[in-house]
Amino acid sequence: MQRPGSALRWAAAAGRWGCRLLVLLLLVPRPGGASEITFELPDNAKQCFYEDIAQGTKCTLEFQVITGGHYDVDCRLEDPDGKVLYKEMKKQYDSFTFTASKNGTYKFCFSNEFSTFTHKTVYFDFQVGEDPPLFPSENRVSALTQMESACVSIHEALKSVIDYQTHFRLREAQGRSRAEDLNTRVAYWSVGEALILLVVSIGQVFLLKSFFSDKRTTTTRVGS
Amino acid sequence: MAVELGVRVVRPRPGTELGVVMRSLLLLLWLGTRGSALYFHIGETEKKCFIEEIPDETMVIGNYRTQLYDKQREEYQPATPGLGMFVEVKDPEDKVILARQYGSEGRFTFTSHTPGEHQICLHSNSTKFSLFAGGMLRVHLDIQVGEHANDYAEIAAKDKLSELQLRVRQLVEQVEQIQKEQNYQRWREERFRQTSESTNQRVLWWSILQTLILVAIGVWQMRHLKSFFEAKKLV
Repeated sequence: MQRPGSALRWAAAAGRWGCRLLVLLLLVPRPGGASEITFELPDNAKQCFYEDIAQGTKCTLEFQVITGGHYDVDCRLEDPDGKVLYKEMKKQYDSFTFTASKNGTYKFCFSNEFSTFTHKTVYFDFQVGEDPPLFPSENRVSALTQMESACVSIHEALKSVIDYQTHFRLREAQGRSRAEDLNTRVAYWSVGEALILLVVSIGQVFLLKSFFSDKRTTTTRVGS
Repeated sequence: MAVELGVRVVRPRPGTELGVVMRSLLLLLWLGTRGSALYFHIGETEKKCFIEEIPDETMVIGNYRTQLYDKQREEYQPATPGLGMFVEVKDPEDKVILARQYGSEGRFTFTSHTPGEHQICLHSNSTKFSLFAGGMLRVHLDIQVGEHANDYAEIAAKDKLSELQLRVRQLVEQVEQIQKEQNYQRWREERFRQTSESTNQRVLWWSILQTLILVAIGVWQMRHLKSFFEAKKLV
């Protein structure tokens, strides 16, 4: 493949290296990252988020409804051409993994349009690619020492611990929200029912009395 | 997410001039990926709020970047410097702990002193309604909490840590974050338990009270009607 002449040789080498570099760049996992956001979705509202993703990146979208109504929301994920990759109605929690098939802006939306007066709090975690490495020379050729690879595996394990912790926290928040709802409902119900009981029973008596005050008819006593 | 995809990923072979080419390619790649945070659209007077439920003594760093729709070029351009965003952070007791205006690109930091739900609200400070021209403002937002907020490159440089030491430092930070979260979890679980026990008490007392009310009402009704009918000489 090598041609005579230093300039041509250099050009050929540059061409080969250029191709290798491009391939290397495409294969190297792009430093991505995760976005974890909890936001409020008012009733009849829709909130969309966008992200530019490179082709071949593995992404994960996870969402959970924390407070509000029946704790459900509509979710929709579209690729740059508008094709719907994921669509679910009235879901409480879900996780969806996909690999980006083309470069461009991916869009995902949460909709609370089916609800008339409850606003929801939604949490989502959108993981794009791998987490950025700790060092710039992460992708170096030499292997990690045993200590370093032990550190890496501990780091990964701790990351999953933190992830489980987050999910547990969200479930606990959801449970607590329901418990507090129940508590206020029980309080209002007790007071309301007491008033209704009193009003109805006193009303019954006076209504019955009014039947007998106009006409002197003998009716069987209607016990209550 | 301090992306430090630097210029030394692939060492250039001695003797080639490809070092420069590789560096520029990698620089382009770095620039391309740097600005690719999550973004959303915000209206002129709209206020968007985000909630972060965090334990105490946790640092939160938020980065945002705005872009305005340019109708002539029909694309989003970096927003004018005059257009800023007003950032307001409230702690779980609804006390404002940060209320500042930043430019079209900004970075805000706060540390929580009480555990709980902190609310971060953003809205634009534009007063001229024509500025948005009926379009929306695109806001790139990135919020990092706790251990993710640490800039390890800076820590390594400041404390002169070797690679292994830096990794161990990262592990220590992660474990501390887990510890804080678990502590917070205990406090939250106690609150949950108190709410449940209060509901239980209320239901119990209400049942007893309701039975007593019913019995009392029934007795009163009978006696009242009996005296009424006796007066009416129907009995």
